[in-house]
Amino acid sequence: MPTLFEKIRDRHVVTRRGDDILLYIDRQLIHEVTSPQAFEGLRLAGRSVRRPGAMLAVPDHNVPTTPGRAERIDDRESREQIEELRKNTLGAGIDLFDITDPRQGIVHIIGPEAGLVLPGITIVCGDSHTGTLGAFGTIAFGVGTSEVEHVLATQTLWQKTPRRMRVTVDGALRSLVTPKDVILAVIAKIGASGGTGYAIEFAGETIRKMSMEGRMTVCNMTIEAGARFGLIAPDETTFAYLKGRPLAPPPSLWDAAVADWETLPSDPDAAWDREVTLDASSLEPHVTWGTSPQDALPVGGVVPDPEAQPDPSERARMRRALEYMALVPGTRMTDIPVDKVFIGSCTNARIEDLRAAAAVAMGRKVHANVTALVVPGSGLVKRQAEEEGLDRVFVDAGFQWRLPGCSMCLGMNPDRLKPGERCASTSNRNFEGRQGPGGRTHLMSPAMAAAAAVSGRIADVREVAR
Amino acid sequence: MIEKFVPLDTVGVPLDRVNVDTDAIIPARYLKTLKRTGLGVGLFYAWRYDAEGAERPDFPLNRPEFRGGRVLVAGENFGCGSSREHAVWALMDFGFRAVIAPSFSDIFHNNCLKNGLLPVTLPAAEVRSMIDALLAAPGGKVRVDLAAQEVTGPNGDVHRFTVDPFAKTCLLEGLDEIALTLKSSPEIDRYERERKKATPWLFLDLAG
Repeated sequence: MPTLFEKIRDRHVVTRRGDDILLYIDRQLIHEVTSPQAFEGLRLAGRSVRRPGAMLAVPDHNVPTTPGRAERIDDRESREQIEELRKNTLGAGIDLFDITDPRQGIVHIIGPEAGLVLPGITIVCGDSHTGTLGAFGTIAFGVGTSEVEHVLATQTLWQKTPRRMRVTVDGALRSLVTPKDVILAVIAKIGASGGTGYAIEFAGETIRKMSMEGRMTVCNMTIEAGARFGLIAPDETTFAYLKGRPLAPPPSLWDAAVADWETLPSDPDAAWDREVTLDASSLEPHVTWGTSPQDALPVGGVVPDPEAQPDPSERARMRRALEYMALVPGTRMTDIPVDKVFIGSCTNARIEDLRAAAAVAMGRKVHANVTALVVPGSGLVKRQAEEEGLDRVFVDAGFQWRLPGCSMCLGMNPDRLKPGERCASTSNRNFEGRQGPGGRTHLMSPAMAAAAAVSGRIADVREVAR
Repeated sequence: MIEKFVPLDTVGVPLDRVNVDTDAIIPARYLKTLKRTGLGVGLFYAWRYDAEGAERPDFPLNRPEFRGGRVLVAGENFGCGSSREHAVWALMDFGFRAVIAPSFSDIFHNNCLKNGLLPVTLPAAEVRSMIDALLAAPGGKVRVDLAAQEVTGPNGDVHRFTVDPFAKTCLLEGLDEIALTLKSSPEIDRYERERKKATPWLFLDLAG
């Protein structure tokens, strides 16, 4: 009767201390921003990396996405962080997908592409969106730099067992309604802290029918509901995605691995501390109006009125969010103009995302008032998109076609909003200033973002694509 | 390595907002550092300063009555969002040693304990009344005693809080967690040997 999470946890117990488990960590992904202090900590204490072969590193957060970056990065601090990652990984014997490597990209995208992320493993990264990798049936979670250092030194972490939540999504998604809309609706339903202290397993027919790309989008945003872990049981879709990837089990071990993975799904009689259900068949494309990912509503809706909110704390939060977003209650979401469009991030920069956006962009033009960026999630995504001609579709429509990286999701590299600018974004956070100081973010799917780009305002992609 | 936690008797600084995310605590542009130190300058940057870089006089951290306070009192879901430990480093560099809130994000909570910043979870109504009292009479003192697991509010009201016993010991004694874990190296070695037999595809990098 154990859950998927419990089965994986139980096979990773090294030792116990009261309620705490010393959990073995099979893999760690490393990027340039949250690792320098961890390596420095090891040096100061005279410690070494216990298992370099279990690590994979990539620069992604502050790399420029414009041509020439391999030769020259103007921002001194960014350059130094990338150089530091190079030194640290070389010194420890850790594999690095460097800036010139065709496999370089967003850390949560390159791991699965390499076949590093396998069902049943534990995997961490110094990044809150590590839950993305739970789409493969793993215990995957974001950690701080001290824990990055702890894993480098010991290949373990002390952990308490989270509570168990199952989110069951059933029903066929309507045309142009996507996994992004599913997860935005889930977050709106349970709230930005509804998942705090939980591991969330996503189940149901809608999830089962999703590709690995779609499942990763769902698990990616689990953290926006407060849950560090989002999991989906591995199945034939998972195995088909993994087969033949460079770090997947070799042919001699493949059948044994699959046989093992098939034992992982939660037992039918597994117990849950909380259950949530969502009917996907009536789901509409979603957009956010405020400064928390929980502020999502169907695109046909209007900006909500804080005065209708009975809870004083929530009322104050909503007032503040509307002030920051410069929005008036009752405004139709589709009447809100946008200045920028960002298609990218660990949430929505995989090949299916780019195909969905390109399908809307094809034969249309980016609105005269809009600057639109497409930032592929990795060099491999970029290459595949170019083989399919998607780059031409975007460029012909007036989108900028960039090099891979985190880019305008968090505004660490030069891709940022200016104060007051409003952005239709496929990323994961609409926090104040997230995409640049004073910038205003509306989260949505890639198809919806492309529709906003050609419309010059938030638009219902179903009407644009008609 | 964490700083030993000593009892606090200090001005309480109210931050009457919910869902304070780590991007608000320390914006991304401050994350380009290679160090843990010096991040206090960027703490709550967009809330502390206007677009011209001048202090916003109404923001609590800028008000003279709250300057030098070492305990922050805030709304629920404090520290949500990005895992950046820089948020904790920034709070500590600025001078904070404890944050009191009705709830914390899981990653931020962990990051606090690794650095000696004490996260104190109290019921929402108690935090509400503490924020109200601090706003009504700015400069009010808050006492935090980890050993006794007690917070004394500005009105003399005493609040008990719970804390993980191991984390408590680490905070009070300033223990090095990695050094402690390394004592379990024989168990880690044994784990790897055994799991290599069960799931060999996960240990192809380990010889033998």
